[in-house]
Amino acid sequence: MTLSGFASQLLQLAIALALAPILVGWVNQCRAWLANKSAPPLLLPYRTIRKLFAKDAVVAEGASPIFRVTPYIVFGAMCCAAAIVPSLATDLPFARAADAIALVGLFALARVFGALAAMDIGTAFGSLGARREMFIGFLAEPALLMVLFTASLISGSTSLPTIVDTLAHRELAIYPSLAFAGVAFTMVSLAENARIPVDNPATHLELTMIHEAMILEYSARHLALIEWAAALKLFNYSCIGLALFFPIGIAAAGGGATAMLGAAVILIGKLALGGFLLAVIETLSAKMRIFRAPEFLGTAFLLAVLAMLVNQLLGS
Amino acid sequence: MSGIPLYAQLINLFAAILLLLAFAMLTQRRVLSLVNLFAAQGFALAVSTAIVAFGTHQPHLYWSAGLTLLLKVVLLPWLLHRLIDRLDVKWDVEGLINIPTTMLIGIVLVVFSFNLAYPISQLASTVTRATLGIAIASVMLSFLMMITRRKALPQVIGFLAMENGLLFAATSATYGMPMVVELGIGLDVLVGMLILGVFFFQIREQFDSLDLKHLEKLREGE
Repeated sequence: MTLSGFASQLLQLAIALALAPILVGWVNQCRAWLANKSAPPLLLPYRTIRKLFAKDAVVAEGASPIFRVTPYIVFGAMCCAAAIVPSLATDLPFARAADAIALVGLFALARVFGALAAMDIGTAFGSLGARREMFIGFLAEPALLMVLFTASLISGSTSLPTIVDTLAHRELAIYPSLAFAGVAFTMVSLAENARIPVDNPATHLELTMIHEAMILEYSARHLALIEWAAALKLFNYSCIGLALFFPIGIAAAGGGATAMLGAAVILIGKLALGGFLLAVIETLSAKMRIFRAPEFLGTAFLLAVLAMLVNQLLGS
Repeated sequence: MSGIPLYAQLINLFAAILLLLAFAMLTQRRVLSLVNLFAAQGFALAVSTAIVAFGTHQPHLYWSAGLTLLLKVVLLPWLLHRLIDRLDVKWDVEGLINIPTTMLIGIVLVVFSFNLAYPISQLASTVTRATLGIAIASVMLSFLMMITRRKALPQVIGFLAMENGLLFAATSATYGMPMVVELGIGLDVLVGMLILGVFFFQIREQFDSLDLKHLEKLREGE
């Protein structure tokens, strides 16, 4: 492990932790503007997290240790994922420990513990949310894997830094398969991050909420960690999407500090644009009935498989 | 994929779009959107044919592209829209099989046709040979659409979309068919569409519905 690699690893993790709540705040701001409302401040998620950390935690009677450790596990899994995803640089010593499939596994780990903790308390909402979350998850995961496999097939490796390196430094050519995979990935991200066509992040209406139903019982620092982890998840998904489909501006190995800073500026620009697009998608679409979710995610799976097949047919 | 000229990449792109549109038609619930998707597929076909004509210097393909544009993008969708208005059939089309299952069957069909096309495209010498698999796949998907739909109008659109796939197959495997054949097919489709339009009115007059399950009975009152 070189020193510069270690430094870039640490810097990337720090930037991910710092930027994730701002990204959520930015998306909320854009949504408010598009809906012609006065927008909440950009740093509101930060203030919420600080407020929650200062409060005393209340844990439901009869909660098992799973309920208590889940926020830490979820937060830890999202931090690991943020360290693996090459958002700033591809020279990440930690990323060699885990490839794209392990990354999906990390997300799955967080999801399973979230669902277990939601069912642990034994309230109706918790188990309802947990069931719905697993329902969405088992449909979204194969599609996500297929998207990552398509990128792996093009670059010949499942290691994320290698994929991004190959995609960033390829000859300029039209890849229909990447376009399909990009659309599929967007759909999966919307579903996985509890965004509007599948779930509404702003609602506390009993019949429609999925993610919110699972975390109803959490308070104080536990809730803060879960909220932060949700923000990190959105950040991670955005960074995976940006790294795979718009890899311009990611610092190559041995670029030094200036390259990292340049990459950080470009990343913020790309995230701002991506967040705005997310807000546009959320504003333009209506929330689906939950039974339409299989169709939505089935389409994502179909697109991802088509991407892989078209890549095999046309790319050889 | 580098080393392929730009026009071939564009053809591949449009081939992929064609396949995507075939899937979109397969899973579309509304008749009106189905007609619009059909027009879009015709447009993609016309553009890709024109690119093949430009890239391989085959001027007769321009005629084919123009004919496709006129028939598939303007005339037939217009006729279909008028038919829908007259018959007042803007209902949702329910398939025989639910949509996720249809998609999965569609994926299996695509894998099958890619495998089927692989040895054939090895024999062809055209730049566009790789897209033969996509052409066969879109024919298969249109077949599937005709099978899984219950109402008469989507079945006819499936039939027309199948013709799109066939034309694309001809373009990708041998740079198009002779002009006479293409004109013949184009007119056939047009006349077929007109006759089917008359049929629709007859069917509806007879059974008060365009559901084809009524046609399965041979005699009245059984």
